[in-house]
Amino acid sequence: MSRLFRTIQLGLKNLLLHKLRSALTMLGIVFGVFSVIAMLAIGEGASQQAQKQVLELGATNIIVISQKPAEGSKNNNANTSVLTYGLLRDDYRRIRETVNTIVDATPIREFSQPARYLHRNMDIRLVGCTANYYSVNHLKMQSGRFISDRDQEDTANVCVIGHEVAKTLFPGEEPRGKAVRIGQVFYSIVGVTDHRTASAAIGGSLSGQDYDKDIYIPLETLRARIGDEVMIVQAGSRSSEKVELSQITFRVGKAEDVVATANVIRETLAKYHADKQDVDLIVPLELLEQAEMLKRIFNLVLGSIALISLIVGGIGIMNIMLATVTERTREIGIRRALGAKQTDITQQFLTETSVLAGIGGLLGVGLGLSTPYAFAMIRWIAERAFLNQSSKSGSRMFEMFSGLEPVVSVWSLALAFGISVAIGIVFGIYPARSAARLDPIEALRHE
Amino acid sequence: MNLAAELIGLEKHYDLGPVVVKALRGVTTQFAEGDFIAIMGASGSGKSTMLNLLGGLDRPTHGRYLLGGEDVSQLDDNELSQIRNKRIGFIFQSYNLIPQYTVLENIEVPLHYRPGYPAISAADRRWCAELASRVGLEDRLDHRPTQLSGGQQQRVAIARSMVNDPDIILADEPTGNLDTATEEEIMLLLHQLNREGRTIIMVTHEEPVALQARRRIIMKDGVIHKEDFGQHLPEEIAVQLPA
Ligand SMILES: Nc1ncnc2c1ncn2[C@@H]1O[C@H](COP(=O)(O)OP(=O)(O)O)[C@@H](O)[C@H]1O
Ligand SMILES: [Mg+2]
Repeated sequence: MSRLFRTIQLGLKNLLLHKLRSALTMLGIVFGVFSVIAMLAIGEGASQQAQKQVLELGATNIIVISQKPAEGSKNNNANTSVLTYGLLRDDYRRIRETVNTIVDATPIREFSQPARYLHRNMDIRLVGCTANYYSVNHLKMQSGRFISDRDQEDTANVCVIGHEVAKTLFPGEEPRGKAVRIGQVFYSIVGVTDHRTASAAIGGSLSGQDYDKDIYIPLETLRARIGDEVMIVQAGSRSSEKVELSQITFRVGKAEDVVATANVIRETLAKYHADKQDVDLIVPLELLEQAEMLKRIFNLVLGSIALISLIVGGIGIMNIMLATVTERTREIGIRRALGAKQTDITQQFLTETSVLAGIGGLLGVGLGLSTPYAFAMIRWIAERAFLNQSSKSGSRMFEMFSGLEPVVSVWSLALAFGISVAIGIVFGIYPARSAARLDPIEALRHE
Repeated sequence: MNLAAELIGLEKHYDLGPVVVKALRGVTTQFAEGDFIAIMGASGSGKSTMLNLLGGLDRPTHGRYLLGGEDVSQLDDNELSQIRNKRIGFIFQSYNLIPQYTVLENIEVPLHYRPGYPAISAADRRWCAELASRVGLEDRLDHRPTQLSGGQQQRVAIARSMVNDPDIILADEPTGNLDTATEEEIMLLLHQLNREGRTIIMVTHEEPVALQARRRIIMKDGVIHKEDFGQHLPEEIAVQLPA
């Protein structure tokens, strides 16, 4: 023990003798360790982000959405045509009646509309939904109640407004009991939902959702009052879309049934929608698996890059140690003449490289701990860069990027530090052995 | 008479591929305990080779080397390292101190390689400091070799050679790099060690230095060419030595 301590002391002393050289040699290891930790932290962060999103969507849910068919697949005559697509009430009924693993289903019809109260206007998302939409989307009431089954049966003209809608249309007023106008119809407000953080976009097929700008009405009311056909005014041109249901969220009783159920739904939908390609299916559980796979690929690719940088650091150490051994050949000869065994020499040089790599590793761990801050800074810079550049792919990347929080785990610190010391030993062995194998007489004669 | 060392038909060959250099071609001699021996001879006659074999830095090609009665000619590297550590003290022409170490640390180096690797104790440190003061360097303990003169460096080397209380001190041209006055100081120290009973074997080129030994061996082409005995101490040294 005292011997190990002594050799470490000796190693430190020799390293301090050439401070700049030692520091430069260490740098490779420092950045190697830092990149290992940073890469793992980003991978872990991405995975946790995906898990959170999937949890939000519900791991036992299967979401079917209506999708506008690709341009040109329909021969719509410019301004006047009506575009018909998407999920049908028949789809809903068929699936609900035939697939017995499904315990609950939440159909909705939603589109953007202006809402009006007195002179105040706001663009909102009008959502026709059923009572269980509330629990499926983890909504909370700020006041009043949500849409009920009774409202549905009565096709009542009631609505629940989002947090921001309340603030915008009813500043300093109590919205409940008042009526908001959407199109030609007035809906009396029965509740206001609490603020809910917007959900992030998932895999490109489900866009991010800002629940605070929603107005909810009973699905049956929407059908009766507005119908399926909605006029869309966009860039000066008018077009009508006829959609029965925008989205259905199916809840499956047991997690192990999710994949099979998804397949059945997929097949059922394919019969009626195959040629139009106007529906899409999202299975959060599959997304979770995809996210896990992505994380593995990410860890593998970035981990390899980080490892390569560590190996380059190791080669740097080896290079310097070989030079050091040549430089200190005389010293090695002296020590051998005074009684040092080959193993003593090996140990001396190996300790030196390990101490070098170990200190580099510790500094790298220190840097690694700053990953979240470094990442936040990079994001801050990137956000400003992306603001000027509103390309579609850019904004999608940015969306992924902005939701990501790197997670530095303790095991990644230990792993990276361990690797750095291992690198010091592995790359120190050759120089140390060649030092030990020097002929003492030759070594003593070395100038 | 006890023998410090004995060489029997000692040969050392260097295999250089196409040619084999026979540096020693059969050396047989005995070194009495407490003797002071000078080895002389032309350059390339095999003096250093013989000293290296005596010091356990190398193994003979043929023949036997008995150190204090024990055959050490076939020991492995670890065993030879122990012999060098415990029983041999080396003094080199070019001092061979470790440049990044202080005087005291240089004297301590052999202690790091003692069998069992005991920690260096306070008593060890006192012993090293005492050795330093015996060679007149008590106020230079924290100096580094580059801050010392050649003679001072060689005195550090002498103190270092003593630290593990060796049987034999081997010196390869210990005064080769020094001026006459300094040479005298170093020789005085060697004489003092010899008076304590230590066997000294010293390679030298200089006739006056060799004459200070009790016995001279003259090497030629890898064998002992001539020997003679008798000690001629210069006045300046003789007066400083105990009777
Ligand atoms: N390592 C070696 N390899 C080859 N030849 C050597 C080696 N060491 C010594 N020699 C040769 O052995 C002979 C004796 O050398 P050495 O003992 O150094 O002579 P001295 O010390 O008397 O000058 C010389 O011819 C020298 O060239
Ligand atoms: Mg020589």
